[in-house]
Amino acid sequence: MRFAILQFPASNCDQDCVHAARVLGHAARLVWHKDTSLGDADAVIVPGGFSYGDYLRCGAIARFSPVMQAVRAFAEEGGLVLGICNGFQILCESGLLPGALIRNRDLQFHCEQVYLRTANPNTPFTRCIPRDGLMRIPIAHGEGCYFADEATLGRLQAKGQVLWQYVDARGEATERANPNGSLLNIAGIANETFNVAGLMPHPDRASESVLGSTDGRYIFESMVATLEERRRAAA
Amino acid sequence: MKARVIITPKKAVLDPQGKTVQEAMAHMGYEGIGAVHVGKYIEVELAPGMDGAVAEARLHDACRKFLSNPVIEDYRLEILA
Repeated sequence: MRFAILQFPASNCDQDCVHAARVLGHAARLVWHKDTSLGDADAVIVPGGFSYGDYLRCGAIARFSPVMQAVRAFAEEGGLVLGICNGFQILCESGLLPGALIRNRDLQFHCEQVYLRTANPNTPFTRCIPRDGLMRIPIAHGEGCYFADEATLGRLQAKGQVLWQYVDARGEATERANPNGSLLNIAGIANETFNVAGLMPHPDRASESVLGSTDGRYIFESMVATLEERRRAAA
Repeated sequence: MKARVIITPKKAVLDPQGKTVQEAMAHMGYEGIGAVHVGKYIEVELAPGMDGAVAEARLHDACRKFLSNPVIEDYRLEILA
């Protein structure tokens, strides 16, 4: 599969995402924020970092980049788009995902391993995640507190758009297990059509055993399995 | 000619910064301090002689699309002579 990894000024996980995709045996190409085309990409990853210095609001300026217009068109045609950390913030700012990410509840930057429970295992981003286990994936953010109004939260839950929640080692979504104050312990969500997803934790930083966890692979593998299935269906 | 945009967190949104400032003020001994909300102040210089109504319409558009995020923030726009 061919992954397009976006690159904004002050992206800093772009190379991590390229590396993760290649480690998994796929092609990955960086796409500069001023580019207006995603080329022949099968899927898009909006990586972590501090695009445009996080000025104004995280992701607020990046969303107006030329490449984001191409991402919007790609998503509208059903293309798979995954936003990680700052990428999640950019997708929320752009309206491709509902809600917003605000300052962590305790005002601290959190850089730590968290446990994630997969709330909906039947999506293009979660289908390869083992049903009975938790994922251990690192976070590194200061503004990862997920917020949406009650009506939006209700819709997210009713439609299964909450993909991942912060939990403790026993799988309970407790207050203590919530690193940033996210409503409903939300770590990641999908859009209504389940082809755009975002999460604050970094699967790219959990894709090789030398990094301490390979659980992040399940998310990329889920995307690849979905693309392969689509390809078979089209053949 | 310029404009002021004042952006504040919506009431329903957790405002840890405001809460921390409020607690610090209470700790410092300032009495009678209620809820504190920390927002943003943006000053925009406008071309001389620009029509006030045009400026207002443009900036409201910019506030809604870009300067504020309506999911989490409210804004107030003031056009100054």
